[in-house]
Amino acid sequence: MMELDSLYQEVILDHYKHPLNKGLSEEYDVQVHHINPSCGDEITFNLSTEGGIIKSITWDGVGCSISQASVSIASDLLLNKTLEQAGSIAEVFIELMHSKGTKDGDPLVLEDAVALAGVSKFPARIKCALLGWMAFKDAAVRIKQLKEPDTRGSN
Amino acid sequence: MSLDVATIRKDFPIFDRTVRDGKKLIYLDSGATSQKPNSVIDAEGDFYRFHNAAVHRGAHQLAEEATDAYEGARSKVASFLGARAEEIVFTKGATESLNLIAYAMGNAASGSRFALTSKDQIVVTEMEHHANLIPWQQLAARTGAQLTWFEVLPDGRLDLNSINEVISENTKVVALTHQSNVLGTINPLDAIVARAHEVGAVVVLDACQSVPHMPIDVKTLGVDFLVFSGHKAIGPTGVGVLWSSVLEELPPFLFGGSMIENVTMKSATWAPAPKRFEAGVPNMAQAVGLGAAIDYLSKVGMDKIHEHELLLTKYFLEQLQKVPTLKIIGPTDLELRGSCISFTVGQIHPHDLGQYLDSQGVAVRTGHHCAWPLTRKLGVPATTRASLYLYNFEEECDLLVEAIVKAQKYFA
Repeated sequence: MMELDSLYQEVILDHYKHPLNKGLSEEYDVQVHHINPSCGDEITFNLSTEGGIIKSITWDGVGCSISQASVSIASDLLLNKTLEQAGSIAEVFIELMHSKGTKDGDPLVLEDAVALAGVSKFPARIKCALLGWMAFKDAAVRIKQLKEPDTRGSN
Repeated sequence: MSLDVATIRKDFPIFDRTVRDGKKLIYLDSGATSQKPNSVIDAEGDFYRFHNAAVHRGAHQLAEEATDAYEGARSKVASFLGARAEEIVFTKGATESLNLIAYAMGNAASGSRFALTSKDQIVVTEMEHHANLIPWQQLAARTGAQLTWFEVLPDGRLDLNSINEVISENTKVVALTHQSNVLGTINPLDAIVARAHEVGAVVVLDACQSVPHMPIDVKTLGVDFLVFSGHKAIGPTGVGVLWSSVLEELPPFLFGGSMIENVTMKSATWAPAPKRFEAGVPNMAQAVGLGAAIDYLSKVGMDKIHEHELLLTKYFLEQLQKVPTLKIIGPTDLELRGSCISFTVGQIHPHDLGQYLDSQGVAVRTGHHCAWPLTRKLGVPATTRASLYLYNFEEECDLLVEAIVKAQKYFA
């Protein structure tokens, strides 16, 4: 049962039962919808920024405890970060997910998200943990396109 | 039970291993793929070891032996289904078999009874596996034909009340599953086949979940096409079967070597069926392995396998329904029902349940089971599925139930 407990840490089950920022805000800068086609898990993700700083993340979705806890953690962790900071935190998290159980994750960077380190030992569940983070990455790209129009053509 | 499961299990080497730190393997995922007996593994290996050569070609002894083995497998499949050998096409799987039919129909000359136009209809059902839905969606998109379907009722049965409207004078093809891979529902074919033939349509039957589990005689079913995959019938992966009594009327789907009658620089004509549909050097070792699988199933007896699975399904349904908050998704009686048993357990997401069961050595499938429109219709994002076969036994059900109850405590 040790292996399973490393997957279902208490903090994950807490986030699953009491998710943060769940319920879509009426206003948002961008909204994305992501699906995990292998299992049917779905998430809708709203993102808003002010001056490059993330001011609001809300989401709704259906899925397993890993996918729901992971997006709950992300929605809290990335709040009030700049898009660049949030982007690099996401990269650190994605690297942790692909570490095949060889890394614990840096709690100073990832905070509650280190509880998901055990997922990396279960290949079938990595996509579950990444669903919300991929939605964030997608939303971040779109928000940059929206708020920082490409000026390369003006030179 | 009339089946000697303990003896059968000795033929399947995978049951000698353990999973997840020494747990006994409880394999309840045969609906996804079945385990293989030594005779199948050996037949595939021995083909490569002793007889390997390209069939239908070489002027040497090995080519003769390979051809005999390959065509022998075709004859075995034919007699297993009550068919003739020339009605059997080997494909790489049931998915390819279904795509072959859809693409061949798309290639049919205008005026042929298979040629589709925007005036025609293709009929499917809401309980189809993606493999028997998307090829028809795509054929409809290519030809402008209309895709319509039989709906699924809350009890997991097809709504056949409006059969005469769903299958209309414009219907050219009715494609449906014999047994749902999610619900376990076995569809009644007589009325559907009669109505389809009344309007001049052909019936395509996805028999992936029925051929491995019950005696099948294509003449009794009355359908025009039947497909199944080898790997769900204790055979190798990479081989499927397409049976049809109307192959001679269909143009080819894949073009290349072996499927021709005559070739010039500008044109080609086609070999008679089944070779017309087997372009390239075929999956010989896998076909031979499937022949060995059919030998094995026939020796045990399809009647006995079916009876064993019915008794087992009855026991599973009874025991599972005793678990609080567990809900069976599909028929709960044995009438026209096979051994795929889908269920949900309270608010536990099937992925989490499946993960917990795995930690106890129990292998099940979770998700939408490649039948997403069906799970959407039933209002469940996903289910957990236990699917049974000749090597399963009652105590495995008890262990499954025990593991589910422990999972309920774990996720409480």
